[in-house]
Amino acid sequence: MKANAGALPTQEMLINMGPQHPSTHGVLRVILRTDGEVVVNAKPDVGYLHRALEKIGERVTYAQFMPFTDRLDYLASMNCNAAWAWTVEKLAGIEVPERAEYIRVIVCELNRISSHLIAFGSFTADMGAFTPFLYAIRERERINDLFEEICGNRLTYNYVRIGGVSADLPDRFLEKTKEFLDYFEPKVPEYNKLISYNKIFVHRLANVAVATPEDAVGYGLTGPNLRGSGVPFDLRRNEPYSVYPKIDFDVCVGTGERGTVGDCFDRYMVRINEMKESVKILRQAIAQIPDGPVMAKVSRVFKPPVGEVYFRAENPRGETGIYLVSDGTVNPYRLKIRAPSFVTMNIFEKITRGLMIADIVAVIGSFDIILPEIDR
Amino acid sequence: MLESLAISLVDAVPVLSGVPLWTITLLVMVVVAAAVLTFALTYSGLATYVERKVAGDIQARIGPNRVGPVGILQFLADGIKLLLKEDIIPAKADRFLFILAPYLVFIGSFAAFVVVPFGMGLIASDLNIGIYYVMAITSLVVVGVMLAGWASNNKWALLGGMRAAAQIVSYEIPVGMALIPAVLIAGSLSLQDIVRSQGGLFGIFGWNLFHNPFTFFSFFLYYVAALAETNRTPFDIPEAESELVSGYHVEYSGIRFAFFFLAEYGDMFVVSSLATACFLGGWHVPFLNAEALPAVWGNLFSLGVFLGKTLSLVVLMMWIRWTLPRLRVDQLMRMSWKYLVPLTFFNLLGVSLWLLLFQGRGVPQMIASLFG
Repeated sequence: MKANAGALPTQEMLINMGPQHPSTHGVLRVILRTDGEVVVNAKPDVGYLHRALEKIGERVTYAQFMPFTDRLDYLASMNCNAAWAWTVEKLAGIEVPERAEYIRVIVCELNRISSHLIAFGSFTADMGAFTPFLYAIRERERINDLFEEICGNRLTYNYVRIGGVSADLPDRFLEKTKEFLDYFEPKVPEYNKLISYNKIFVHRLANVAVATPEDAVGYGLTGPNLRGSGVPFDLRRNEPYSVYPKIDFDVCVGTGERGTVGDCFDRYMVRINEMKESVKILRQAIAQIPDGPVMAKVSRVFKPPVGEVYFRAENPRGETGIYLVSDGTVNPYRLKIRAPSFVTMNIFEKITRGLMIADIVAVIGSFDIILPEIDR
Repeated sequence: MLESLAISLVDAVPVLSGVPLWTITLLVMVVVAAAVLTFALTYSGLATYVERKVAGDIQARIGPNRVGPVGILQFLADGIKLLLKEDIIPAKADRFLFILAPYLVFIGSFAAFVVVPFGMGLIASDLNIGIYYVMAITSLVVVGVMLAGWASNNKWALLGGMRAAAQIVSYEIPVGMALIPAVLIAGSLSLQDIVRSQGGLFGIFGWNLFHNPFTFFSFFLYYVAALAETNRTPFDIPEAESELVSGYHVEYSGIRFAFFFLAEYGDMFVVSSLATACFLGGWHVPFLNAEALPAVWGNLFSLGVFLGKTLSLVVLMMWIRWTLPRLRVDQLMRMSWKYLVPLTFFNLLGVSLWLLLFQGRGVPQMIASLFG
């Protein structure tokens, strides 16, 4: 036998990452073809959580679909609730009282903070640092407490209604929210000190899985993932809805501060900075919120006019677009949801080529995908 | 040493003089071995509890608090649970190797306790090749880990096993190189001699840590490399829960898993005790000479000092684990081969030159000689 290391036969290994795996953020299955530790190809396989939500939407009334939107992106139920309400209101031309709009913005931004906290925490846990996750959970718990006061639920809120919100804010809610903001704001620099600028952490993320601005736009990335690639596109600013035009905030973009624009670190930092922006939005909304009713007059048997509508909202994970066709009956004729996480999976195969297995985990974490939204 | 103990035992109890000496020596050996193993297992159990408490404190939660006062008996409950669990061996696994692997890891880790200098007279066997023995016997862990990864017939386990093998073998070099300065200064491989060489009038400045700038640096190099050798965060890539599920022991359950688990804590103790013995003066403390005390009290006192120093280093490892993220496998290798290995070589050269130039005197000795 000749001793020639170069001629040793090597084989590509086929590994199933998931559907049960601690770092796929749910039941995502990634089919990895690897050469040792280096990934030759990583193909995401989705659909393990399909519940046919869009079909269900055609069988229930407009109001009855609201609880189903909770199960779209369960870490940002308020945003999904509101997106559904805004869509139907746009279709039916319902005027929503201003107080209700402000309440929606307040709960949406609170939920954005809690969603980004989970993104931040689980991402650091994927990178091997478990402690920040617990800190994120600690802060999120206070947001959950606030939501519990509003609607009695801590995860699936079902709070927003077509035409307003289900109930006015409880006593002292705005003060408590302010207290939370005062408590939360100094925490963000603390996270940065603990983990964001940790040398190992930066080394793991900088220059890893770069999504160039062209790719990001081309593959339809939205939300923090798109902004992470340096594209300053935010629906709250570029296509304003609700009361966002009255509120002043910055659109956070990736700057490549530790590596290339559009790497995992940029996507991570955009979320961290967006939490600060949400705090800013919340403070303004609390200062501006008017008195008044929280529900518009919507008839019990709600039949929107015949027509179709597409509405998109800036949710924590990107652009949630809802396409709705009405035939004038109590049920929608057709419902299609554009889920940001699902669209994000398109670019996955492209930018993971040639990375290491550990980087796959970083990519999944930096995209902050959520499986019930991918599979709907 | 054990033989002399046996002889003194015979002297003390004349009835035993009828029994052949080797029987008594063997008996003493068994007793000592049992004592060390008992200590090692109790320590490992308690260390898991401490780890969870430390993690709880760092993560703003409470940690175990149900079993016994402040949860101190949690490790017993966990141990019983692991013992009673179903012993699952995957159908496609290589049964013999699968069963063998945890024992190798366990032996590799706990056999090193034999030469740990717990106190001035408390050492199971003061081998004259002490450090060498530790380095050799802990290498058995690699074999066990690789076997576990291979025999499980699971791709995650295989990846974990390969990672572990590469990592432990790479980091053994800087670990060994970083320990040699202590050997050079003491002029002996025996751990007890190394500890004795750090006694004297200088207090903590007699420790090798402060002997000269190179040894000071050597300690930190050793500690970093040792962290990697024990597969602890930030170098826990063989287990890497979030990547490889849990690496080489993913298919193990029940008491076989417990063996891996205990071995990890055993390893932590061994590397910390080496750091204590080689750099932190072992069982020496300033202002009190344990060897001047009566034998029993001297031994107990030195045992306390040694455990105090070692366990502080173990807790430091836990602290690091719950603070830092994990390196990637290529970064880990780069760190060993590009930074740690050259640095430890440079360090070794520095210490050798120092000893040659200043006839083995350390900085504290030279300062002291300035003032007469």
